[in-house]
Amino acid sequence: MSDLFRLSIKEASEGLMSGSFKPSELLDSVIKRVETVEPNINAFITKTLDTAREEAKKSDQRYETKRKLSGLDGVPVAIKDVFCTEGVKTTAASKILENFIPSYDATVIKRLKDAGAIIVGKVNTDEFTMGSSTENSAFGITHNPWDLSRVPGGSSGGSAAAVSADECLFALGTDTGGSIRQPSSFCSVTGLKVTYGLISRNGVISYASSFDTIGPIAKSAADVALILNVIAGNDPMDSTTVRNNLPDYSSFLNKKIKGKKIGVPKEFFGQGIDPEVNKIIENSLETLKSLGAEVEETSLPSTDLAIAMYYIIAKSEASSNLARYDGIRYGKSEIENLESKVNNLIELYFSNRTLGFGDEAKRSIMMGTHTLSSGYHDAYYKKASQIRTLVKKEYEEAFRKYYALITPVSPFPAFKIGEKIDDPLTMYLADANTVPINPAGIPAMSVPAGFTKENLPVGMQIIGPHFGEGQIIEVADAFQEATDFHKKKPNL
Amino acid sequence: MIEKNKKSGDTSWVLNVAQLARIELTKLEQKKFANQLGAVLSNFELLNKIDTTNTEVTSQVAGLSNVFRKDEIKNPVGEKIRDDLLSNCPQVEDGSIKVPEVFDFGGKK
Repeated sequence: MSDLFRLSIKEASEGLMSGSFKPSELLDSVIKRVETVEPNINAFITKTLDTAREEAKKSDQRYETKRKLSGLDGVPVAIKDVFCTEGVKTTAASKILENFIPSYDATVIKRLKDAGAIIVGKVNTDEFTMGSSTENSAFGITHNPWDLSRVPGGSSGGSAAAVSADECLFALGTDTGGSIRQPSSFCSVTGLKVTYGLISRNGVISYASSFDTIGPIAKSAADVALILNVIAGNDPMDSTTVRNNLPDYSSFLNKKIKGKKIGVPKEFFGQGIDPEVNKIIENSLETLKSLGAEVEETSLPSTDLAIAMYYIIAKSEASSNLARYDGIRYGKSEIENLESKVNNLIELYFSNRTLGFGDEAKRSIMMGTHTLSSGYHDAYYKKASQIRTLVKKEYEEAFRKYYALITPVSPFPAFKIGEKIDDPLTMYLADANTVPINPAGIPAMSVPAGFTKENLPVGMQIIGPHFGEGQIIEVADAFQEATDFHKKKPNL
Repeated sequence: MIEKNKKSGDTSWVLNVAQLARIELTKLEQKKFANQLGAVLSNFELLNKIDTTNTEVTSQVAGLSNVFRKDEIKNPVGEKIRDDLLSNCPQVEDGSIKVPEVFDFGGKK
């Protein structure tokens, strides 16, 4: 009973249904775990344990009276600190929002609450989700549970570390260029970046609005299916959300993948890939072949252009999105600081933004301001938007032939804290395998695929066509039925 | 132009974009950001090798068209929402957001 925190959602749900334990007992176990490992991991920015205990008691009663709300009822969840939570501080890991308390819940938060999920807290991220290591947070560094001297990845590093360290049964993250998949790979958990528009972005702090997606980080593909069933679908508050009926994602579990065609784009295996990562992905492809999948090499020639294209568009959109943070209507302001030398409105803007934003946010704003400025717009933004068309078309073409595409999530495993933080270009180039997916708008999952000799996790990226989340879950679940990498736990 | 400035060591373009973005930079930051952003912008230049004369731009991938709805008040408790929203404001007066004067009439706070 004491190790309830280790359970997957599926296992917890069975235990709750059979009455082996109550939601309160599950929560207590998770809270104890948080108290034990958090001094080493530092995944949380804000813990909401008191509210969680109250909610768990209500869930206890629902199970007693056989009126559970969903498969997530009584299941503890951690939320990346970019989702607005009513009455609970939401910082985006930025000083400029250090005192911001939203007056409403993001649509997905409301859906989780309505489904009975128990929110244990808000977890760390790179400031405004900009980064690949969670080092750009104004609230401290999160450590990788597999090696505390390494980064958990980013930007959803807090979410991935919390799931990996069993500080929650699942977490929500966001993915603009790999921010769910790369930390999932670095921490050996299962994370899904969904099709653009599958899940509502209402109430979620924006980075690059045409790339931003919301998604789950969990302990298995089967759990991801259960979460999607609760949070996916149309929302009148987000006009970009899908209007079609969605499938029951659990229906894609326990399937045979015999005869399914899987493409392996060679551009993802070029220079710069760690030989151990290469070997682990090759082994994973062998596993899929042994399950009857037809695996063959293919090509996506525009892959090399994706980083430049992605960063031009992402930073352009970011500079526009971050223009709203001025400390006037909410957020940190110098207006009450008697020491400040602010005399008028424009000086207040300068002062609030200069003191409120960290370096990567400032770089993003300046880069985007430059690429959108008069005289440069066509050379950068328009050019990138055209290249985006080429990248998107290549994926559309590939999915006429293939059921799924497979690549490594990252060319290398988790790197050391501090290793890349002073070199933004190197940090950006590390995202080569994940960034092409967002401009194309398609879904992709990170699935634990093995470990290096140093016992660092390596993730396999399974890419699907538009609204092909079911296909991805099908392949991932078949892989996880045949392997146990996703069940391995870090020594904490 | 950036390339030329980068080679000549001129970092004033960084100060210019920072001004546009309402961010102050110290001399040290100006130099640091000029180096970092210069490297990233140089990397962007590889896109120029690709001919995109006849390529359409993609600005969204949802494949959706615009949605309109009637301009109706959907929430009858507007005043509560107003108060909730204002509760995050650093300075409020009579239900309005308070800011310093737009024009500076001589250094007083």
